Amino acid sequence: MENLITLTIDNRPVSVPKGTNLLDAAASISIDIPALCHMDLKGTCVKNAPASCRLCVVEVEGRRNLAPACATMVAEGMVVHTNTARVIRARKTVAELILSDHPNDCLTCPKCSDCELQRLVKRFNIRKMTYEGAQSERKHEQTAAITRNMDKCILCRRCETVCNQVQTVGVLGAVRRGFDSTIAPTFDRMFKDTDCTYCGQCVAVCPTGALMERDNTDRLLDDLYDPEKIVIAQPAPAVRVALGEEFGYEPGTIVTGKLATSLRYLGFNYVFDTDFGADLTIMEEGAEILHRLRAYLGGDKSVKLPIMTSCCPAWVNFFEHNYPDLLEYPSTAKSPAQMFGAIAKTYWAEKMGIPREKLVVVSIMPCLAKKYECGREEFSVNGNPDVDYSLSTRELAHLLKRANIDFRTLPDSDFDKPMGESSGAAAIFGATGGVMEAALRTVYEVYTGQTLPRIEFRDVRGLEGIKEATIDLNGFDLKVCVAHTLGNARILMDKLRAGELNYHVVEVMACPGGCIGGAGQPYHHGNVEILKARTRAIYREDEGKPVRKSHGNPDIQELYKVFLGEPLGERSEKLLHTHYFNKSSK
Amino acid sequence: MKVSCEALRQVEAICEKFNNDPGELITILHETQNTLGYLPEEVQAVIARCLGIPAQKVYGVVTFYSFFSMVPKGKYPVSVCLGTACYVRGSDKVLEEFKRVLGIEVGEATPDGKFSLDCLRCVGACGLAPVATIGERVYGRLNPSDIKKIIDEY
Repeated sequence: MENLITLTIDNRPVSVPKGTNLLDAAASISIDIPALCHMDLKGTCVKNAPASCRLCVVEVEGRRNLAPACATMVAEGMVVHTNTARVIRARKTVAELILSDHPNDCLTCPKCSDCELQRLVKRFNIRKMTYEGAQSERKHEQTAAITRNMDKCILCRRCETVCNQVQTVGVLGAVRRGFDSTIAPTFDRMFKDTDCTYCGQCVAVCPTGALMERDNTDRLLDDLYDPEKIVIAQPAPAVRVALGEEFGYEPGTIVTGKLATSLRYLGFNYVFDTDFGADLTIMEEGAEILHRLRAYLGGDKSVKLPIMTSCCPAWVNFFEHNYPDLLEYPSTAKSPAQMFGAIAKTYWAEKMGIPREKLVVVSIMPCLAKKYECGREEFSVNGNPDVDYSLSTRELAHLLKRANIDFRTLPDSDFDKPMGESSGAAAIFGATGGVMEAALRTVYEVYTGQTLPRIEFRDVRGLEGIKEATIDLNGFDLKVCVAHTLGNARILMDKLRAGELNYHVVEVMACPGGCIGGAGQPYHHGNVEILKARTRAIYREDEGKPVRKSHGNPDIQELYKVFLGEPLGERSEKLLHTHYFNKSSK
Repeated sequence: MKVSCEALRQVEAICEKFNNDPGELITILHETQNTLGYLPEEVQAVIARCLGIPAQKVYGVVTFYSFFSMVPKGKYPVSVCLGTACYVRGSDKVLEEFKRVLGIEVGEATPDGKFSLDCLRCVGACGLAPVATIGERVYGRLNPSDIKKIIDEY
């Protein structure tokens, strides 16, 4: 490797590339320096390095003061000590000072046992509140998706970094100074009065219980134990490759069969699959892509291209708030979860003779914005929502433990029919590029009338922020682009506004890595390898499916035959498509 | 209180004068406050739009510096120094007396808009401690018993 620097950490030699910080250099020889504010999801654009918590201090020979390992770069011949008495005592004092105005309520805190501050308190052997200072009294808020209790904030600024640098939403940031300083939305408003998209990435990176999801587990318990109600489940593609982590499985373990069994044991009357909704999305969105392409190739200059995916509710919020002039570009197709809800409460409910008000549709999502999406008015009929509410992957794991279900020993089972059948194309919705690949598998075959020679589109896979590919459709070069994180989406939308975005189809997902990196997933605690393992699992799930194209799903074909008619037909338009609103605050 | 359209045009002109450069945010806030007397939300939102930055950023800066104010100041803004030198020489009692005489709390203005009351940390006249300023004028070696007389001058 180029420019290797050799130094000594805890009497052990280590060679690392120039520009490496001491935290990473130590980690390369299995020395785990504690850090709290620092977070670096390598290979993505998520990086928070304010060097503000000072918990990672180390002793560097020749320097008078302790140095923060996260912000100190390696130098040739440097001699570093990470565990001297001075360092260990200083670290403990720093943690004790952080605790001095922290609410001492770990027992009932929703983040208990997943809290990074709590872990460090245990690790540093802090057994009493050494400094009991004034307590901060800051705003509390509960939205449909996110709860905020800034008394628990330790000012690590991770949320501010993801909200501004990564997502470019610009809602959360530091206000005031000194003891009064806090992280707050614009003008100290409530989230609902800002441009917040509810992507929840602030929750995904928060080390403490300051930012959390809105908990729906008790609401679900009430419904499950109500004999009057029929409660049905639909878990998203990304849930089955991450849920296992909560039960001690290696990241990337596929637990689809156990997931279905566990939901049944929990008391759901029927256990279906959002993947069915994903196949339906491809049918509708694919038809829309073909419709716009044919119009464009037929010389219609008014057709809006690129067509953009619309599965991700945070992305929908983002363009409604920031690009109200471009609302005609995104596909009108609802998200898979909402399509599922619309079909469950019409076609399936009628078939089963269940009145709408007795049917409760619950989605299990890797996402927090989905909680908000359920409450959008246009997704309800006479005040009764198509999807009643949503639980995150984490909430499901907690509930299973609460219900005495020993997940690891569960037998595998299949989802119920008919809305539990799905293709490999639906499975990959959970990773960035997945919806694009799924759409291409169908669009190619319908457009050309030929079978795909190679089903995988590898150019649209992977963690790169913006990916592009060109697909030969019988001599027509279809140009596609895939972006994840809203910051990358903004780059594309600014180009579109300037008339410089030359693609036909664009996929956007708000979270890093797509839904596998969603804010409702088990916490990654800054380890990007977890996201990569989940992504690999998503593609393994696809490979293991007998049907790998959405239009090949026999139950989808049946649904169109007996109920919907054609994609983009009258009934499909009514049930499976939506419209967007100008939510600009300017 | 609603900011007039004319005032918002003035704010846009100030941003324009500094080429709508986000690096000039503090200078722009200074000049805007000098012009309008304060920096309400609508004004901050206009500045954010002109500079192409989130309103949250502007709000963060406005709330960080005690010089910036989101409420209108009185015609005669009173500031009592609570810096170390003034404090040990009894400026807390001076502040209490201003509150009593004006009948307002820190950060407020009198109903007639004549006076507003704030605290600050050091005006660089520690030799005259305790110190208060009214507008541009500095009053030193203050005693709580002086306050009524000073206010009556205005």
